[in-house]
Amino acid sequence: MSEHKGQTLSWQIVNGAIELTLHREPCNEIGSLMLEELETFVRALPGLMNDAHALILHSSQAAGFSAGADLRELYQRSQGMEKAAAAGGVRDFLERIHAVMNTIDAFPLTTIAAVHGVTFGGGFELALVCDIIIADRMARFCFPELRLGLIPGFGGIPRLKRDLGNAVVRDLLLTGRSFNVMKAQQIGLVSQIAAEGEALRVARATASQVGKFDRATAAAAKKFVKPIPYEELKREIDIFCDLYARPAVEEGLRKFVENEGPQPYLP
Amino acid sequence: MPTTEHTLDEILNLAATHFKVPRDKLTPDDDFFKTLGIDSLQALDLLTRLEHHFRIELPDYELQGVSDFRTLAERIQSRL
Repeated sequence: MSEHKGQTLSWQIVNGAIELTLHREPCNEIGSLMLEELETFVRALPGLMNDAHALILHSSQAAGFSAGADLRELYQRSQGMEKAAAAGGVRDFLERIHAVMNTIDAFPLTTIAAVHGVTFGGGFELALVCDIIIADRMARFCFPELRLGLIPGFGGIPRLKRDLGNAVVRDLLLTGRSFNVMKAQQIGLVSQIAAEGEALRVARATASQVGKFDRATAAAAKKFVKPIPYEELKREIDIFCDLYARPAVEEGLRKFVENEGPQPYLP
Repeated sequence: MPTTEHTLDEILNLAATHFKVPRDKLTPDDDFFKTLGIDSLQALDLLTRLEHHFRIELPDYELQGVSDFRTLAERIQSRL
């Protein structure tokens, strides 16, 4: 399937680059349907590889790349369930999303996240699996999970630790603050900044450049410089599930879901 | 360093331009969520534009509970 249109995402091959477009209203919240479609996408990747030299992830939603996990679904699914069943469901979800993230992280072709606007939580973690992050001038990044009594659960901490200095990771994680693209470039997260609305165009130009080189050499270079921290990723799931079992988390999720004020995304 | 009044004026100009609100409809003590008709995601967009404009970093936790332009200007002023 070189082209596919799903309910939350679509993909096609454009000028030798696989383009995965996220398009779930309002801001690509990652819930069970998007997870299923991401799984379908990674299963299709081996077949797409033959006709492509790069993979671009981007969003067609105006609000941004992705606001992260679908917290409303997470909260609503836990209601009326036994604690153990709810916890089991969360672990299953995490193991599945980790499998998706790990597959993209290890994908032999060069991967590029073209992000704009809100790139929060699980959306930030999805960008972090890519080899190169190209950000629109208005992109904004955040790991807000501690506000809910949780840690990032889609592989964020091990991958941030892989890519950035530990002191910066602590600041971003422990304050839960959002930060702009200038900061993101300063700390080494974002490698290229695009003008407003131009991230995909810049990503396509970068993918075109990547395509000039020998595929096997590029894959070997990537494997050499980008180790995947599998043990820490597994440990992250365990810590997340331990924290999720506490009553404070349900209360934090309830507050977020029921918040109808203008500031739910502000700390 | 610019005065707080100058900073406030620049914030009002930027907000009016970006959110397409007549500049003379904005006053320093307005609740910007209401006056501009924005939600928290749009407030983050405004914050990003202000950070770029003033070339500062303003952590969003400093905006907790802030909803008027004057206090916003004071927060920005403290980072200039």
